[in-house]
Amino acid sequence: MSTIEREVPRETLEEELRQKEEELEALRQQLARWEAEHQDAPTRDTSFTSVSGREVDPLYTPLHREGAPGYLEGQGLPGQYPFTRGPYGTMYRTRLWTMRQFAGFATARETNERYHYLLKNGQTGLSVAFDFPTLMGYDSDHPRSLGEVGVCGVAISSLADMETLFDGIPLDQVSVSMTINGPAIILFCFYVAAAERQGVSADQLRGTVQNDILKEYQAQHAWVFPPEPALRAIVDMFEWCSEHAPLYNPISISGYHIREAGATAGQELAFTLRNGFEYVERGIARGLDVDSFAPRLSFFFDIHNDFFEEVAKLRAARRIWARGMRERYGAKNPASWRLRTHCQTAGVTLTAQQPENNIVRVAYQAMAAVLGGTQSLHTNSMDETLALPTEKSVRVALRTQQVLAHETGVPNTIDPLAGSYYVETLTDELEAEAQELFDEIDEIGGVVPGIEAGWFQKEIAHSSLRQQEEMESGRRVIVGVNDFTDGSEEVAIDTLKIDPDVEERQREQMARLRQERDSAEVERTLAALTEAARGDENLVPRILDCARAYCTLYEIRHAMEKEFGSYKEPVFF
Amino acid sequence: MSETDRKIRVLVAKPGLDGHDRGAKVIASVFRDAGFEVIYTGLHQTPEMIVAAAVQEDVDVVAMSVLSGAHMTLFPRVRELLDAEGADHILLTGGGIIPEEDMKALQNKGVGRLFGPGTPTSDAVRYIREWFQEDRQPEGV
Repeated sequence: MSTIEREVPRETLEEELRQKEEELEALRQQLARWEAEHQDAPTRDTSFTSVSGREVDPLYTPLHREGAPGYLEGQGLPGQYPFTRGPYGTMYRTRLWTMRQFAGFATARETNERYHYLLKNGQTGLSVAFDFPTLMGYDSDHPRSLGEVGVCGVAISSLADMETLFDGIPLDQVSVSMTINGPAIILFCFYVAAAERQGVSADQLRGTVQNDILKEYQAQHAWVFPPEPALRAIVDMFEWCSEHAPLYNPISISGYHIREAGATAGQELAFTLRNGFEYVERGIARGLDVDSFAPRLSFFFDIHNDFFEEVAKLRAARRIWARGMRERYGAKNPASWRLRTHCQTAGVTLTAQQPENNIVRVAYQAMAAVLGGTQSLHTNSMDETLALPTEKSVRVALRTQQVLAHETGVPNTIDPLAGSYYVETLTDELEAEAQELFDEIDEIGGVVPGIEAGWFQKEIAHSSLRQQEEMESGRRVIVGVNDFTDGSEEVAIDTLKIDPDVEERQREQMARLRQERDSAEVERTLAALTEAARGDENLVPRILDCARAYCTLYEIRHAMEKEFGSYKEPVFF
Repeated sequence: MSETDRKIRVLVAKPGLDGHDRGAKVIASVFRDAGFEVIYTGLHQTPEMIVAAAVQEDVDVVAMSVLSGAHMTLFPRVRELLDAEGADHILLTGGGIIPEEDMKALQNKGVGRLFGPGTPTSDAVRYIREWFQEDRQPEGV
């Protein structure tokens, strides 16, 4: 913080200060009169709390900001510490956010066609949704995959599928985000190897792999290995990427799934950032220089219904991260202090009743994400509580972002809600709430012990139940669900149907692959991986060898599992 | 105590590879608060594991939560295995992201009522209570 230097006589400064105090005093008096005047006014029959249960005052004034840090310390300028106003100096004046719709279904061939469609319609990045077998590290022809192949996302069981997925899509030009966690290191290696086949080297790759295992244990539950070996694989990726793929984000530390599982905005914020700091600590414990990997850590937040709370959440997240990275972890490169994030509108807010209303919810949420300063955005489609989205509903969702970007004027100026007494107060409150939760996590011994004790899971389930009760009692109105329900019985929109022979086609293609590849090379690379897992060398080069030999996802998972074991969740409700 | 006065035993189950258990956990809590005896399987259960637990725990009802789109495989499979184990008296019900037409098709295969997104949890409680009263009514009464 710079000291203000100006040639002003002391008496003038004192006079200014006195005037300011007088004005605040006058405001205090007026506010007291205002409150007296309105204390008996009728209020609507509602609780005036945020979605997360935060009490909201009827009016915010400069008095709420008394005792808050000064402007430069609390807000500063965009692109500058503590980054409250945005991670980049010029934000959307230079470049709009990346419009990135999450998509994947059936086989790699069908999903590849959807990607070409989205790119043709002006989408600017890709985001891969994998099916459940892939998310859990099973091949399409594994018995556990029965009935789930290609249903909730695309089935990718080997490098061959990954090559098909990006057929005709130049991976040195299009950035790709992949939502995969438990077996992330394997799918990442398929991706790097697929790029190699296109003649694109790892140092040209831009994109992100989610790779956030901590929130899987806490909320989303697509895990493979226990926490310690899983964290080792993640740090292996930090290390490998900092050397070989410097433009690639080897992790997207995600609050999205924590929130969707029922957390409040404050819990989402705190758990996500605490997870982020955990990864930083693991990297440092490996002996990595914090500035060698921290600039490539990226984030992912959920954007729920409560407009201002969501804007404030993103602002608070940037400030907490910046302060933690600089003050606690000693990062020196400003890029290590800068929190960059993807956002997605909240799937959990979509309703099966009157699904067209979802278009409106998504539009508000998208605006909150942009006013919060997101770097990329997925807008949900109106039909996603019913099935995977149709091409038409995805187009409406994408157009929602384009209207926001090009018609509303919102991106014209940076962080326009800064200075709002309400938004700044909320930002401070969320930061303070996160700090309290950090202290609680420290008290239970940290993130991994908290997961093993089921602490995060219980905290989230508790919040989820509270919200369900609020909705069912009618204290929280959900339009079309518990109020304004006329017309809810009719669901007259077309939904996407997954071709039932996808599983069969995928099995046939797996059988062919197993026959055509060099089985000696498969065995050799898998054995070498198990050996590496036993020691402490970086796993990425070994898995890349497996990928190039067309070892399958499950084979690679299994080769690691021999050493790592698998995760067993603590069961409770 | 007559048969219909005892507590209703419910197995809340999460079949398949999907980890989205918010609904399963909410419904398990609601059932418990409604006075049912609730057993929750945890995640990533195969139909075989669910049926084994249902038989072993001697439950009245299996309530499955399926959000993954695999309902057309999972519900019939659990029904078949229950019947094969001589547990055709167990009600198989559930909820999740299941289109109306699929709900009907599953009901024709011996699955009970299924509940979609946005259903008040009290509907599921009432349904199970009514089924229990009717189904467990002693013969000839």
